Amino acid sequence: MAVPKRKMSRSNTRSRRAQWKTTAPHLVPCSNRACRQPKPQHVACPSCGQYDGRQVVAPA
Amino acid sequence: MPTPTKGPRLGGSPAHQRLMLANLATSLFTHGRIRTTEAKARRLRPFAERLITKAKRGDLHNRREIQKVIRDKDVVHKLIAEIGPFFSDRNGGYTRIVKTMPRKGDNAQMAVIELIADKTVTAEAEAARRSRPAAAKAKESGPASQTAAEPAEGSEETAEATEAAETVSQTEAEPAEGSTETVEGEAKGEDDKS
Repeated sequence: MAVPKRKMSRSNTRSRRAQWKTTAPHLVPCSNRACRQPKPQHVACPSCGQYDGRQVVAPA
Repeated sequence: MPTPTKGPRLGGSPAHQRLMLANLATSLFTHGRIRTTEAKARRLRPFAERLITKAKRGDLHNRREIQKVIRDKDVVHKLIAEIGPFFSDRNGGYTRIVKTMPRKGDNAQMAVIELIADKTVTAEAEAARRSRPAAAKAKESGPASQTAAEPAEGSEETAEATEAAETVSQTEAEPAEGSTETVEGEAKGEDDKS
């Protein structure tokens, strides 16, 4: 079985982990005029439950 | 010969996928609307719509073809007696998929797939035309509404003129703001001196 020959330095570990990044989700205001909460695009609104003027899911 | 779906089967094996799609279709026809993962909903859509097309014909052969997939006889009866005739005015597109927020446990993309309950606009228009011949008279009054729209365009022009007037008033207001800033600056200078 292959095993590491050397201990990985703290610097190398930290350099690798420095590349772990997160991205902000792209949110748009809900098209329901009474709601206007930010939500992901092309997804039924999680706060009012509407999509394209139709009630799709139960509001939160 | 129909080509098989590309990519991996749902659930791993062809038999598992067949059973999954059959169960999903049965649930869809019993409840009218189900919440599932988006991948399953996208696979289910053509599968379920093909069953509805068979149910619209509704003869013995098509009934048996449906029973190959849906084992529950109550659901087969509902499909042929209710769902098939309901979609008689619609040529395909019997279901709707709406994406919803991802699932909590594994962040899977979720969607709601439903049988479309409302009628098409053209079907409603035809029903209205058959039931009410008076609706045709309303269409004749269409040109009158166009003439009514023309003065509205004139009012838009006046609205633009008022907007222009507002911009003029804003430019007048700006020097006044500048003067107040200079006053503040003088006040600060006095503070520094003290």
